[in-house]
This record gives sequence, structure tokens and C-alpha cells, in this order.
Amino acid sequence: MVYALCFALFVIGLYCALTKKNIVKIVIGLTIMEYAVNLFLVLLGYRKDGVAPIVEEGAGPLEFLARSVDPLPQALVVTSIVIGLGVTTLAIALCIRLYEKYGTFDISEIRRLKG
Amino acid sequence: MTGMTVIVKTVTRWVKVFIFLYGIYIIITGHLAPGGGFAGGVIIACSYMLLTLAYGKEFTLKRLSSRAAHHLDSSGALLFLVVALFGLGSGGIFFANVLQNRYPGAKFTLLSSGTILISNIAIGLKVAASLFLIFVILSVLRIVLAEDGSQKMIQEEEEE
Amino acid sequence: MGIELYLIILLVFLIIGALIAVETKNLLSSVISLGAIGFGLSIAFLFLRAPDLAIVQIAVEVVLLIFLIRATIGRDVIPTKGHIHWAGLLIVCLLTVGFFAFGCYAFRSLNEFGTPIISAVGNAPSNKYLADGLKETGSANIVTSILLDYRAYDTLGEATVLFAAILGALAVLRGRAWSKRGKDK
Repeated sequence: MVYALCFALFVIGLYCALTKKNIVKIVIGLTIMEYAVNLFLVLLGYRKDGVAPIVEEGAGPLEFLARSVDPLPQALVVTSIVIGLGVTTLAIALCIRLYEKYGTFDISEIRRLKG
Repeated sequence: MTGMTVIVKTVTRWVKVFIFLYGIYIIITGHLAPGGGFAGGVIIACSYMLLTLAYGKEFTLKRLSSRAAHHLDSSGALLFLVVALFGLGSGGIFFANVLQNRYPGAKFTLLSSGTILISNIAIGLKVAASLFLIFVILSVLRIVLAEDGSQKMIQEEEEE
Repeated sequence: MGIELYLIILLVFLIIGALIAVETKNLLSSVISLGAIGFGLSIAFLFLRAPDLAIVQIAVEVVLLIFLIRATIGRDVIPTKGHIHWAGLLIVCLLTVGFFAFGCYAFRSLNEFGTPIISAVGNAPSNKYLADGLKETGSANIVTSILLDYRAYDTLGEATVLFAAILGALAVLRGRAWSKRGKDK
């Protein structure tokens, strides 16, 4: 059930990236898709009644192994969040440049004007 | 880009030091508590963005010029590479944690994990300098009303 | 059942926020809804016992909001002229509904929510990282030790990607726009 809701978030972002004419809306759709994918990866690694993967002082190692959540998807998602920041920054820079060259954000107008 | 009112400037003068200190804290204790280089670097960049928004671009560029930010950015990336090659040179494996293997420290203290601390500092430096540069150059472009009534975007003169 | 109920409520909130962000005409409103989705996602990371991720997500979300508002504020949205392609819109709707149905069918092969893969497979790498992480690397935060010691090559790749993306954004934004003297072509 949780997986289905997370996938619905992804599909909403996909719909927005496919059908909108405003280029900033397309960038927003891409960002929603990226949030949904990150959430899905972390959902895969959750253990029921688990603890965070940080070793406390004086805890037994075997009990920590049996109770902690999976740390590997969390490391991958940290990388993914920071890369998403870089890509969205580049997309916003392109949007600003397109606006100052064509005077509009509308992609059907830009396709018709062609500099 | 001009600054804001007196209230914002006074509050910024007191608060920005604490944000900077918090960012440094999250970078340095990345191996003991949640945090690490990326989150700390972004927080340090946010403190400089606050300074830029409250005081204007010229004031901030006098404190940290864009050339210095470029140098910090590249040196952060180079420091990370040097740590990697250092592992290759003396351990035989790329990125080996040589300081931990040769001089292990006591657990749960600040100096306990060898090259992880140096890597965190390098990445935090790099991320902070990059985001500050992007913000400074985003605040250069502004919209003016051109002669024929439509809106055009001009750029102020480039510094340096 | 407790955590799952909270997560379902939070996800419904996120979906409503996403629908608002997609459908409003005002650009500033949709950017602010995107910020609401980001903050809700950070709370979801806290429920899923990932405090490292929650800190990174909040900081990155604030910076993204600043950049997006900088890009959209003050620009007037010229309303899209006239014709909506009904045929194209219908095909996209059918495709997304079909994709969603296929996804729900494909998720049946996953484990139930709450039992990760590492509890079923004994010699998964995560078990080794959790068991030997403190002894071999000396760092108490296992996620940091994975990022900077066991899988440090991925972090090098990510630093390179961030470097290249920032360099690309700087190269695109630098350079003259319409000069003040006249409109050149």
C-alpha cells in the first residue's frame, strides 16, 4: 500500500513533465519524480521497529545487527539528493537563459520563434 | 542588488555566526552523529546567502570575492583526490583508510576515524563554495523595462 | 502498524501537494507547494529512521526553493494560447494509468513493507557493514563509513558530477544578455 502511494507520486510527476507547456512546470515535474524515487529507495530498507544505523556507546553488536535498518539505501540516497540539486540548478539556469532570449517560458512559442 | 531594512541587518549580524558554526559542527562530527560533509556544506552556503540577501551583493563580495570562492572550490575537490591517492600510495588500495589502519584512535572521539574526517572537510568546503558562487551569479541578472515596453533582462558589469 | 499508518497519512498529504503543484496557474504557488512536498518528505525520512537523510533533504530543499523563486518571481506568465490537444492529452492519461497499474502488479514481487532484504539474505553486504563497521573504520555513523570508506568511489563520482553541473550552470549564466545600448542580434 505504501509502495503504491509512492508510485502514484511518481506518476503525477511524470504526467506534469509530459503535458505542461510552461518550462518551469516541467522542471517542477522532474523534481517531484526525483523525490518519489528517493522515497521508494529508503522504503525498501526499512525494518519493522528498527533503530537508526548509528552505533551507541555500550550497545551489543549482535543486537544492533538484528534491529537496525538497512544502511546501504540511505548512503545511495544521500548521493542521489545532492546530484538532484546539481541537475535542477543547471535546469533553472537554462530556463533563465531561455527567458532572456525569447521573452517567454512557453515552449510552443519558443519552438515557433527559433531565434 | 541592494540590501534590506535595518531590522533584518541587525538580526543577520548576530545570527549568521551561529549558522556558520552549526555548519562547521555538522561537518566535523559527521562520523559520530548524523550529518556529514554534504549537509554541513549546504548549511554554510546558506549562511553566506543570508548575508548576501540582507546586505547586498557588493558587501558580500568584498568579504569573500568570487575568485577566492573559485579557489576554495577547486582546492576542496583536489584535497579529496589527494586523500584518495594517498591511500593508493601507501596501502596499495585506492581510498584505503590508512590513518585508521596505522594509527587507530579511541572510539567515539573526534579523531577516531582516520581519513574520514579529512574527506568530510574537503567535501563540505567544495559544496559550500559551489553553491555560494551560483547564488552570487543568480543575483546579478535583473529585469528592466526596455524602451518598447517589453521586459528585457540585462546584466550588470562583470566584476574582477 | 503505527509507523505505516503515519506514513500513509503523510503520503496522502504529499500527493495532494503534488496535485496542487501540477495544476495551479500561478508559478509562485506551485513552487511553494513543491517546498511543502520537500518538507513532508523530510518528516517521512525521520519516520523511516534515516536522520542523516532528513538533514540533507531539508538543507537541499531550502536552497532549491531559493533558486526556483529567484527564477520565477517577477516574470509574468503569458497565458497559453488556445488549443489544447485533446488527443495527445488522452493518450498521455491512458499511458500513465496503464503504467500505474503495471507498477502495482510488479510490486507484488517485493517483500512486505517492514522486512528488508537483509533479513532474508544472510551474506548481504549490509550485514557485514553493520557488523564490522565500527571495528574496521572507527566511525560510529555507519552511513558515513559506507559513503567515505567502503564505497568512497561513488562519492568521488558524485563530487565530480556536482562539480560539472555547477560549472555548466556558471558557464550558461555568464556572458552578456541584451546590452544596454541597443538590441543587437
